[in-house]
Formats: sequence, C-alpha cells, structure tokens
Amino acid sequence: MAPEEIAEALKERFGDRITDCVFETAHPHVFVEAEAWPEIAVFLRDDARLRLNVLRCISALDMLEDDQLVAVYDLYSARRPVSRNATWMMGPSCCVKIKVPRSDPHVPSVAGVWPAAQWHEREAYDLMGIVFDGHPDSVTDAAGLHPRRILCPDDWEGHPLRKDYRFPMEYNGIPAVTELDQTRPIH
Amino acid sequence: MADVILESRPDLHVDLSGAEISQQDFPTEEMLVNMGPQHPATHGVLRVVLRTDGEMVLEAVPHVGYLHRCAEKIGETLAPYQFIPYSDRMDYLAGMNNNLAYSLTVERLTGLEAEITPRARHIRVIFAELNRIASHLIAIGTYGLDIGAFTPFFYAFREREWILDLFESACGARLTYSYITIGGLSHDLPDGFVDRCIEFLDYFEPKIPEYNDLLSYNHIFVKRTANVGVISAEDALAYGLTGPILRASGVRWDLRKVQPDCGYEEYEFDVPIGEGTQGTVGDCWDRYFVRMCEMEQSVRIIRQALERLRGTEGQETQHKKGKTIKLPADEVYYEIENPRGQLGFLVRGNGSVIPERVKARGPSFCNLGIVDKACREVLLADVAAIVGSLDVVMGEVDR
Amino acid sequence: MSWIENRFEEGLIVTSLDWAINWGRRSSIWPMTFGLACCAIEMMAVGASRFDLDRFGAGAFRATPRQADLMIVAGTVTFKMAERVKRLYNQMPEPKYVMAMGACTVGGGPYFKNGYHVVKGVDLVVPVDIYVPGCPPRPETLLEGLMRLQDKIRHQTLARDRWSGAKEAALEKGEPAATA
Repeated sequence: MAPEEIAEALKERFGDRITDCVFETAHPHVFVEAEAWPEIAVFLRDDARLRLNVLRCISALDMLEDDQLVAVYDLYSARRPVSRNATWMMGPSCCVKIKVPRSDPHVPSVAGVWPAAQWHEREAYDLMGIVFDGHPDSVTDAAGLHPRRILCPDDWEGHPLRKDYRFPMEYNGIPAVTELDQTRPIH
Repeated sequence: MADVILESRPDLHVDLSGAEISQQDFPTEEMLVNMGPQHPATHGVLRVVLRTDGEMVLEAVPHVGYLHRCAEKIGETLAPYQFIPYSDRMDYLAGMNNNLAYSLTVERLTGLEAEITPRARHIRVIFAELNRIASHLIAIGTYGLDIGAFTPFFYAFREREWILDLFESACGARLTYSYITIGGLSHDLPDGFVDRCIEFLDYFEPKIPEYNDLLSYNHIFVKRTANVGVISAEDALAYGLTGPILRASGVRWDLRKVQPDCGYEEYEFDVPIGEGTQGTVGDCWDRYFVRMCEMEQSVRIIRQALERLRGTEGQETQHKKGKTIKLPADEVYYEIENPRGQLGFLVRGNGSVIPERVKARGPSFCNLGIVDKACREVLLADVAAIVGSLDVVMGEVDR
Repeated sequence: MSWIENRFEEGLIVTSLDWAINWGRRSSIWPMTFGLACCAIEMMAVGASRFDLDRFGAGAFRATPRQADLMIVAGTVTFKMAERVKRLYNQMPEPKYVMAMGACTVGGGPYFKNGYHVVKGVDLVVPVDIYVPGCPPRPETLLEGLMRLQDKIRHQTLARDRWSGAKEAALEKGEPAATA
C-alpha cells in the first residue's frame, strides 16, 4: 500500500483528526492530533489491510523556529508467508508525526499498543523532553509525572538534544571542563 | 506438595512425594541483587537489578545509560563525512556495518546512491559480511565465556585475528574502521586482497563444524541454554526485536531479503531460523545456533561477491562529492541488517552541509527491552545466559 | 607491610627488599576486567592467544576489585559511570595502579567537543599511573603501556611509598610530598 492509500484509510476512519499529510519527500508521513493518537495506534495495528505490528523507532525532533517538538513514529508490517520455508514479507510501512508545543509537550503513550514503545518513549523524554502520559514506568518529581529517564542519570537537569540546551559545567563534583580558566564547556 | 514444576523449565522435575516439608521450615525473603555495571557477564556497562526469592529471579530491571556518549548531539555539529567515525563507535564490534548504514542513509537523502559504482557495492558487501562473521565470532566466544567455557573464546579470537588482518590491510585499523564512507569507500582494495580473502574463507569454513563439536552440542552447554529464556514470535515482533534474536523465534525475517540494497538481491543465501532442535523454538540455544548458521551463509555471500569483483577493476570507489555534499531540506529514515539487528538512521537536513538531526536506532537498545519479560521465574544463572544470548553491545544501546 | 614503609632510609636491606618486592609486584600484575567500550575489545584481544598477556604475568583477569592490582580503564567514562569508577578504585587494595587506556580516558577522546555526558579524561576521577593513547590502542601499544608500568614499579621503593602515609610523613619533615 502506498503512503497515499494509508493516509486515505486513516482519513476515512478518523476524518480531521489527521491534520496533515506530506508525500513529496523521502520520508512520507501524516500528522495526527495528540489526543487521538492512542485510538489511531490501535487502528493501525489491528486493521485488516494495515496490520502494522512492528514499531521501528520513535524519534524526537526540535523545531525551534516553530516553537514545537515533534514525535516521529516509524511503523511497518511483518507479514507471515504462506509457505513455511519462504521469508517473511514487509507489508505497508508508515510514518506518523505528532506536533506538540515546546512549553507543554504532552503526548499519550502507546506502550500498551506496541511494547517496543516503552524504551523509545523514555529516551524521547530523556533527550528531548516530550512527556508521554500514561507510560508504565513513570516517576513524579519536580518536573511532574513523566517517564523515567533512561540514558542520562536520574538527577540530570535539562534535555540535552534541545537546540537551546546549555551544557553543564560540572556534575556531582566532577568538572566538565579540563582547564581551570574555562568559563563554559567546549561546544 | 508432591511435585514441584517450574513453568519456565518444563524439563526439570522434582519429586518431593516422600518428604514432609512445611512452609515454616523455609521462611524466605525477597532480595534485591545488583548485577553490574561492572560485571564479567554483562557485555559492557549494563546494570540489571534482580529481585530474587532465593535462587529464583522474580523481576529483572535493566538500567542503561552508563555509556551514553552523546553521538546524536555530535551528529548535529559535524558533516556526514566527519560523523562516520562516530557511527563506528556505536556498535564497535560491527564498525563496517554501522558505516554502511549511515552512508546509505545519507546517500539516499542526497541522491548519491545511483552513482555508487558496482565495484564499490561489491566491496561494501564483502566487508559487511566479513564484519558479520567477526561479530558473530565474538558473540559466540563471549557467550561460551559467560556460560563458563574458556576455550571457544580463544578459538574465536584466533579466527577473528585473521579477519582483522584483512581489515587492517585495507584501511589501517583493527576495530574502528571508517572505511565505508559517503559515496563509496575511503580507499580501494590493496593488492592481493582477493587471494588472501579466499585463503581465509577456505581456512574458516571447516572450522564451523569444529565449533559445533566443541560448543554447540556440548552436553553442559545444551543443558544451560536449551529451554531457557524462550521468546515467542509474537512477543519478538511486538517488542521490536530484530536480527538473530527474531530469527531464532521462528520468524524468517531478514532485511537483506526484504529490502535489498548494495546488490544483495543478486546473491544467493539462506536465512536460518530457530527450530527448537535442542529445546523450544526461541530459547537461548536457538539464538546461539542461528549465529553459527549465519556465519556459514556469510561465507557463501563473500565467495559470490569476490566472483563478481572480477572485471570491475578500474572503477572509481571514492565519490568526488562525498566529502562536501550538501544535505537537502528533507529527511530520510533507513535501516539495514546489522549483525545484531536492524540499525536505522534518521537524518534530517536543512540545506547546509551539517544535518539538523541525526537519530540512531540501535538494535541492541530495542533488543534489551525484552530482558524484563524473558527473565521472569528463571534461576539466577539463567539471567547471565539470557543476557549473553541477546548479544548486546552497550555502545549502540546508549549511543 | 605498612609498618616498614616510610620508616627507614634507603640502605642495603631496604634496597634488596625493594628489588625482591618490586620483582614480585611487576611480574604478576593482575588486571581487573573493567572494559567499558571499544577499548575493552582490544583488551580482550590482548588477553587472547595472539598478543598473549599471560606471558607478562598479567593474564589473570579478576572480576572483583578486591583481588586486582591494576584497573585498566578501557573505554569512555561517562558522568553516570564516574561514581562507580571511583567506588571500584576505592575497593581495590594497595598496591594499586590505574592505566588509562584509549583516547577517551586520556582526555575525552573524540567526545571532547559536545560530549555533555562524557568525563574529559578519567584522571578527573581517579589518579592515573599510565596513559596509553590510541583510538583504540593497538594491542602492542597496550603491551608497551604495561611494560612502562612494570618499569615504574621497578623503581619504587619502600622508603618513599606513596600509599601509606607518605604525604603526612613528608609534611612532618617539612619536605614537598613526593610520589613514587
């Protein structure tokens, strides 16, 4: 199924919760509303034509000019062959993007739909700051209820992959600079 | 309380019909055991916190991030040609494959992929498959070491030194090659490489049955790995597992067949899957044996690629624009089949030489997500067997 | 052993004892398996059959720091890992040595710029005896580093030992604190 057909099937079912589609690119994708995402995810996984059962990757993009963060979900369908000795085939593959404002980035978690999302969502929170509501491994601290950090230590401040991130000068007593007269880390 | 049957180990059967045991005799408490980050059996800096009831593990929570080296942030500051050495260091056991993944992604984004010469394509396949063999050799050697078998480790490293000699003659480095770059390769093959490669393949092919005699069908090894850590095919797909782990669960999925590039559609090779010959489909032994079989298939592919290399002498292997190419204001996500799974790169450009975003999808990162599910109600020693069979490399988990 | 250290001036007995003790120490340096990243693979290759580390007496890799003499920090040290590196160093009994293997431990390596989570050199965390550069260093380089460490141990002396009260003793005498 071509990306246009997948977008057609989505629009048929969800109407204007699919906000935008971009096809003239090397990475065709559709934009969806954040609140509708869990239902759309279940539809993508269970619909007979699509059956997108594998979540490849959740990436996070920082659009500083538009003051938005974007969560990018790459999915594909692994289809069992008819004959036992043939290799499995790839069915439709699809990319879904969700735009959220930078000041209040909340996206519902799809860890219940694709368990692969659990670690990807934790990483997207850790490095970019997108808060996934309803993630099974969430903790509460000064920043509210959010998925637990996975790569940076639990008491790390800030979200490193943001474009306006300021590198720390030290962490728990270990300096991040090597010369005494440095006023900021080298970057 | 006549019989004790563990759901996860149906082959163990303890008959306590004659004994009189009451709950009061053995009061037990749960214990939290910390495994790592410095541990001989965790393949790098992985920390697994185990909640155990005696010898039985109830829950295993992996903690990662001890090797987070900010590769994605660095990718936003360097041109693609300069980022290739950082892609090497992600999965440091499969440097050539990582270089290939990043190069193919950038070539797709910039449209260079149509201009790669057949010679460069065949050489890329040769090096990618040689690195697959080297990577699987380490996986097998260290897996034997985790289980307690010291000898296969030395045999595996002996074979690997041959491959590293070949790599060193081509690009000068033993571990972090940066050989496959944007637009082709960084150097052409040295003289005599093809003959030495054929010599290595002739030497290596009879060694695989030797490994099977030494380790694969060894009674102790089978007892420790068969029926341990069974992952079903549905779980494997739902958790996003890829690579030999997915194939060991019975899913005959190989990205080299599904989405061939670099000329893989011209090569004849099989995709081995786990069949549960020693235990259940998807147990640790299957994951180990799939890697043995893949080494045989890689040898087949290399022989075919060396054949096809004849007649391509004189073709350019380095692209003129590889070093200075500008990335269009577009993005692309592309995956290839690495020895450990599918390594994917999302590269987003904005018209300049430096990308706006580089995201690496490490296969070991996704594969580690199954540890919690696979290590429920297993014995403590099985945790080492399961984590070893997943063959994770922390460089690409943490990036 | 600590009662004898820093008590006597160098003389015939101390230098003969020195020779024997240093010979014993340098010929059986037992490293700790502390492979963090890519350099760990080259460390494993040094321990394997082609570049045999066992012929230097250093082939017995101990997993626990309590039984190890040498901590080969092989691989990038990150901020998350730094506290554990320090803890493992503290758990090692003296005499202990640290080898910084690879460019990342020497001074941050390729992650020096823009590595927000990388410690720029392991000497910001533990005191280092030998720096082995390379990315990763060839096995021969690691062996050379080990031999230089053996040279360093060869020139140690009980009269001026650096682990047990050397600093206090020197300060008492009013001299600058010397390191072996």
